[in-house]
Amino acid sequence: MKTGHVYKYGANVDTDAIIPARYLNVSDPGELARHCMEDIDIAFARAVNPGDFIVAGSNFGCGSSREHAPLCIKASGVTCVIAKTFARIFFRNAINIGLPLMECPQAVDGINNGNQLEVDLEHGIIKNLTTGETFQAKPYPDFMRNIIQSGGLIEYTRQKLAAG
Amino acid sequence: MTLAEMILAAHCGKERVSPGDFVEVNVDMVLSNDITGPIAIREFNKIGVSRVFDPKKVVMVPDHFTPNKDIASAEQAKMVREFCLQQGCHYYEVGRVGIEHVLLHEEGLVAPGEVIIGADSHTCTYGALGAFATGMGSTDIASAMATGHIWMKVPDTIRFNYVGEPRRWVGGKDFILHAIGDIGVDGALYAAMEFGGGAIDHLSLEGRFTMANIAIEAGAKAGLFYADEKTVNYEKERTQRPFTANKQKTDAEYTRVVTYDVSNLEPQVAFPHLPSNTRPVSQAGNIKIDQAVIGSCTNGRIEDLRIAATIFKGRNVASTVRCIVIPGSQSVYMQALKEGLVEIFIEAGCAFSTPTCGPCLGGHMGILAAGERAIATTNRNFVGRMGSPKSEVYLSNPAVAAASAISGNIISPEDLQ
Repeated sequence: MKTGHVYKYGANVDTDAIIPARYLNVSDPGELARHCMEDIDIAFARAVNPGDFIVAGSNFGCGSSREHAPLCIKASGVTCVIAKTFARIFFRNAINIGLPLMECPQAVDGINNGNQLEVDLEHGIIKNLTTGETFQAKPYPDFMRNIIQSGGLIEYTRQKLAAG
Repeated sequence: MTLAEMILAAHCGKERVSPGDFVEVNVDMVLSNDITGPIAIREFNKIGVSRVFDPKKVVMVPDHFTPNKDIASAEQAKMVREFCLQQGCHYYEVGRVGIEHVLLHEEGLVAPGEVIIGADSHTCTYGALGAFATGMGSTDIASAMATGHIWMKVPDTIRFNYVGEPRRWVGGKDFILHAIGDIGVDGALYAAMEFGGGAIDHLSLEGRFTMANIAIEAGAKAGLFYADEKTVNYEKERTQRPFTANKQKTDAEYTRVVTYDVSNLEPQVAFPHLPSNTRPVSQAGNIKIDQAVIGSCTNGRIEDLRIAATIFKGRNVASTVRCIVIPGSQSVYMQALKEGLVEIFIEAGCAFSTPTCGPCLGGHMGILAAGERAIATTNRNFVGRMGSPKSEVYLSNPAVAAASAISGNIISPEDLQ
């Protein structure tokens, strides 16, 4: 079980908002995290604590393919991102690098900025400790579960190549 | 099967595939750039193989922050250069490099019927040739560089038919912005957009590249066109490799079919801060601009520069506007020189630069200050995309961008004196 505080945003949070391109001349996750969400929430990078959550509307992570986006969210210490839907490339990238995502429109509607959450990542259960409501996120397809269980795509690929 | 399904089936050794299937597909080209390449190299080095699966099928294009804008960018470009030299994969140095999605098809590195993946969201551009091309992240690219294949979920396909004869100054950019305005920035989320119809048959390959390029702005995994005679002729001039020009099948199943009559379509302008926030240019109102950018992987091809030059010929950029024209590649640059387009731009008061993604992503070569507005032939108008989070970007075709640069306000080329 993971508990933390919610930072809530709207629909179509794009990758330029998550990490503006002006910072992409470096790829160190810790360095990138200093500018996470900067153009839509200048306070986020300083305020966020390890274990906190990002909750957002539909199409989270739309735009560029920059893996720097999930990398900087992960390096900020965010436990997982809960959204109504995710943009395709962001979704792949997050799974590949080990940033958990939960797709759950009901939870997004039932969670407000500043709420406290308790999340069971393995079973996809989201509990809003502020309101007492509980939500069930959509399960991952089996194929992706294999990648997650391997510890990300690189480890998955390494194991597959080693097995021949 | 749809075009996307035919190509994916052929690349995973199956007779047929259906939307929702998870498949392991062989890739024909694996692309990255000076921003996404360094992370891909870092992850590749963790896999435990020393060589890429096939250096002829791996390409790295340093185009985003090049010519290197600062020391940190130079370090990233150096990492990419050294990896490519060591691996023997395709690499283009400054002086030969262009914007990746203008360069790869010029160089014949991508062809109809192929699967192309790239660590750049606009990799979907090559769908214009009838390839299945899609953007991914650096870690996916690292894995594909090691193995030569990648997992994909077979997407649903949405069919877009364009009918009617477009008016003057209306082109591929307007066709696709109109569609994104209609279906929204997640209107094709996880799906393939398949384009066809009489207006597409008459559209140049340049116009098709522009359309496929921004399929991602509707959330799409790919934007595809069937290869026709124009495509086959284009490709034969550029590659000796055999390729497959798939023909449309009668059994194609689409989740949705959308038809647009473009006869009365006006040039489109996407207002801040989403590409779906479109209006016909006649309804733009009184929008004063500080900068115009003509170029990018969306509209940096020779046809785009010819259109802009037609507008600039004998006219001047407004004294209150900075107009920056960026050819997409060295060959576009050379062609523009030979045709006298560069002279027209410079006489009009435009800056004309070496190829780079530069201002499109707020990298360099035309960054906006707080409160400034730009009209751009680029692909995104998100908050802060071209500089200050307090600046604004309006997206349009090259004719509208050029006319607006002359006027100082966003206007239609029809309204120029």
